[in-house]
Amino acid sequence: MRELITLHVNGERHELAVQPHHSLLEVLREDMGLIGTKHGCELGECGACTVLLDGLPVLSCLTLPIEVQDCEITTIEGIEQNGILHPLQETFAELGAAQCGYCTPGILLSGISLLRDNPHPTHEEMKEALAGNLCRCTGYTKIYEAIDAAAQRSAKEGVR
Amino acid sequence: MSQKRSNGTGNKRPYTIIGTPRPKVDAYGKVTGRALYADDIMLPRMLYGRLLRSPHPHARILSIDTRLAFELPGVLAIITGEDLPQKFGILPSSQDEYALAIDKVRYVGDPIAAVAATDPDTLDEAIRLIAVEYEVLPALMSIDEALAHPETKINGEARIGNIHKAISYEFGNMDAGFAAADYIREDWFYYEGNNHAPMEEHACVAQWEPNPSDSVGGKLTLWSSTQTPHYVHRELSKVLKLPQSHVRVIALNVGGGFGGKSDPFSHEICASELSRRTGRPVKITCTREEVFLIHRGRHPVKMWIKTGVKQDGTLTAMHFRSYLDGGAYGSYGIASTYYTGALQTVTYQLPCYKFEGMRLFTNKPPCGPKRGHGTTQPRYAVEVHLDKIAHDLRIDPAELRQRNLIQPYTYTVNGLRITSCALDECIVKVIERSKWHEFHTAQEPVINDKPHDAHMKRGLGLAASSYICGAGKPIYWNDLPHSAVNIRLDRGGGVTIYSGATDIGQGSTSILAYVVAEVLGIEPEHIHVETSDTTLTPVDLGSYSSRVTFMAGNAAIAAALKLKDQLFAAVAEYLHVPSEQLVAAGGIIFDEADPGHSISFTKAIQTAEARFGALISSGSYTPPEGIHGDYKGAGVGPSPAYSYSTCVAQVEVDTETGEIVVEKLWLAHDIGQSINPLLVAGQVEGGAYMGYGEAVMEQQIFRKGRHKIPSLLDYKLPSTVDTPDIETILVEVPDLEGPFGGKEAGQGPLNPVIPAIANAIFDAVGVRIDEVPITADKVLKALKAAMSGKVATSRPQVSPIEAPSPWPTRLIIWQPHDDSTQSGLIVNGYRNNTQPSIPAKEGTV
Repeated sequence: MRELITLHVNGERHELAVQPHHSLLEVLREDMGLIGTKHGCELGECGACTVLLDGLPVLSCLTLPIEVQDCEITTIEGIEQNGILHPLQETFAELGAAQCGYCTPGILLSGISLLRDNPHPTHEEMKEALAGNLCRCTGYTKIYEAIDAAAQRSAKEGVR
Repeated sequence: MSQKRSNGTGNKRPYTIIGTPRPKVDAYGKVTGRALYADDIMLPRMLYGRLLRSPHPHARILSIDTRLAFELPGVLAIITGEDLPQKFGILPSSQDEYALAIDKVRYVGDPIAAVAATDPDTLDEAIRLIAVEYEVLPALMSIDEALAHPETKINGEARIGNIHKAISYEFGNMDAGFAAADYIREDWFYYEGNNHAPMEEHACVAQWEPNPSDSVGGKLTLWSSTQTPHYVHRELSKVLKLPQSHVRVIALNVGGGFGGKSDPFSHEICASELSRRTGRPVKITCTREEVFLIHRGRHPVKMWIKTGVKQDGTLTAMHFRSYLDGGAYGSYGIASTYYTGALQTVTYQLPCYKFEGMRLFTNKPPCGPKRGHGTTQPRYAVEVHLDKIAHDLRIDPAELRQRNLIQPYTYTVNGLRITSCALDECIVKVIERSKWHEFHTAQEPVINDKPHDAHMKRGLGLAASSYICGAGKPIYWNDLPHSAVNIRLDRGGGVTIYSGATDIGQGSTSILAYVVAEVLGIEPEHIHVETSDTTLTPVDLGSYSSRVTFMAGNAAIAAALKLKDQLFAAVAEYLHVPSEQLVAAGGIIFDEADPGHSISFTKAIQTAEARFGALISSGSYTPPEGIHGDYKGAGVGPSPAYSYSTCVAQVEVDTETGEIVVEKLWLAHDIGQSINPLLVAGQVEGGAYMGYGEAVMEQQIFRKGRHKIPSLLDYKLPSTVDTPDIETILVEVPDLEGPFGGKEAGQGPLNPVIPAIANAIFDAVGVRIDEVPITADKVLKALKAAMSGKVATSRPQVSPIEAPSPWPTRLIIWQPHDDSTQSGLIVNGYRNNTQPSIPAKEGTV
């Protein structure tokens, strides 16, 4: 039996009838069409499904929607504002930090959360913050470079 | 000869696009969540599909009862083996798979039935309700078991026992080679094999559109996460008995492949058949466990090498033997077997070489191509073996390699044509950057960036390698182009490129835009690239064998040059300037003698279209003749060019726990010419990362017939906290035939990483682990053995296999033509692509 729930996603309020045992990942992708959130294991192992819950990264595949009705959920679709990209999205593209792009939404959200708390992270701090997000393409090098560049850009332009 | 800069585009000016770092053309879709992958497709009335897979590694299927499952509300179709009785397989010589098992299952995960239902929850229940009766058969789970039990035949393709394929080759005079040696060494190695683990699980959506007026009843479209839409197109048509004109395969963005999405898969065929039966779209998305089970990953290989050297380290002969654990089916395995022996001669000069290879069927998930396909395991073995020889002869390991380098523009002893080669420069660069000589001669540690515990030992190891820039021969025999690219110029100034090449993250879509932009003198932003759609785009064989930049790149240049000729012809008339004097750059076409005398690219198109009609061109690429010997089996290994790489690894080993910390990797890669250095560096870094994971982390363990750890939690992929720092050095010596001189970067850089790490561990603590992955427990065991007085360095850790005598196949003896190998250098490139051979001589053992 489906249950009626309310989710606050990317600044919008959504009333949904969902299967109560479905994960937030399933509801975002299947019920809401927010397919920017990816999945690589459905078991909390890979980090591809990372979304922000009140600004903090969580694995949407291990989150039940029914529990997060009072939280603000941010997916990759909610990062860009009126067609303007976040500095980290820009530097990811410019510096080749996205290859196949499949882990990219999750890593961007973890990275954006890191930059909010720590505008100038060291590489060690980046490694710690991204330890739960696997990437099979880049060897992570270009990801650190993109975070460095975004930190510099944000400092110059003021954090958005 | 000098390896001069190649610029086959007719442009007289320095490159404006080529060689400059810039974002990929599809980067913004990927960073905003807009990029679509196969599982992102949601169609109206779409059903979900899933496969029931075997729980037994080897069993006869006695019965399958689907009645209860079919009665479940929401289940719309169930199919089993008899519904799809056509065998298929990626290689024409290995047609040994059914979409769903008939009579027998051969590994845990072999698909048995497929269900389509309205939702995933119903599917779970339906799969549980299918009752299968099995007669369990003995399971063979290793190379040794497969050899020991020929009576338990796993796969009917095996001619003798479980031997899928055996090959045997001899090049040059082996007796003379070993007789000339001052020192001969033999070693055994084992490479455990591993999975690609792309972040995206395999997924597809099939849509059958019925049409009663059509003689076959309708048409099929399949969106799939595949690296090879062309081969999927062919196999779907074959199994579903549909003309190829009625099948359309589209690859969208692919979330990583690394070789794991190169086969036609059962789930693709089943989704298509379920869609045909229900008249509704069907999506099948594999779970992570299924990705491990359908596998097609790196073969486990046991290897034996015997090498003769002079006192000064010059190689005189090499005899190499490989035994591959193929798993239950053929896949690319025959090619993999050849690849384990094909490229030894491409890195170092070998005056003679003997290679025997054998692939065995076992009751494990089928193995296939993974980044470095078949060459990674022997590269590990050869580079560690050479390191041992260097140590035995007290020659610096880098020096030993430099004394034996293959020379550019020559032929190897097995008849492979070498073009550009900057391996020496790669070695020079990495030893310089890593302070190789300083480290090995210093009394005090030269690398001293942190407090050092006495039980932590540091070492540097080096290895070199080579890789193909595209397979010289197609998978199915034909004389057609390997890549074709169409380009359409729009009178509004837009350019559309059509290519069957699939971007799996390596950036092939961008590469095509860059090379066309360079030829036409415009910015890539004006170019739209339409890719990997078997109905819309011309055939490209696929994203495998590191072939796309070289082959599709050259095809794109050819197509763009034809359009440029048309544009120049029209503009020459319009500007009253001879066309030889025209230049296309910066979005205009102008007179070189008077740059102010110009017209815009858009106006040029309109002028040309008015004269010639719609501007559409096609270019294609076929590898040249004369790049390989003329013996049977010579088709695996040849390539229009080879890339070269060298890696130095710096490791720290904890002598108390055996723990290995890879601190840094320096990787120099001979790229020919970077089309976009940012993307090349990304490929090098990704390859180094993946090699690191294979070297010390990823274990492919089976217990009681099952993959023991088919999850990303237990199967250890390197995370940010594990991955070493990677320093990339790009060496650019343009290849005479590469697109703007470019060569591959996708696979080659992985190969030297694994042996470099193994050699660094020996350098640090003096023990050799002749088995990959090298884990702490193995190091600790070896250290303890060394301390207790047992000789750890030459201890045979890998149990030897007694070679069958005679080797179970005909020995092929082939001698290169004297001219091709003696002189070392061939002036003016390669001699008109003539065959460097005398007719093959075949002998028998």
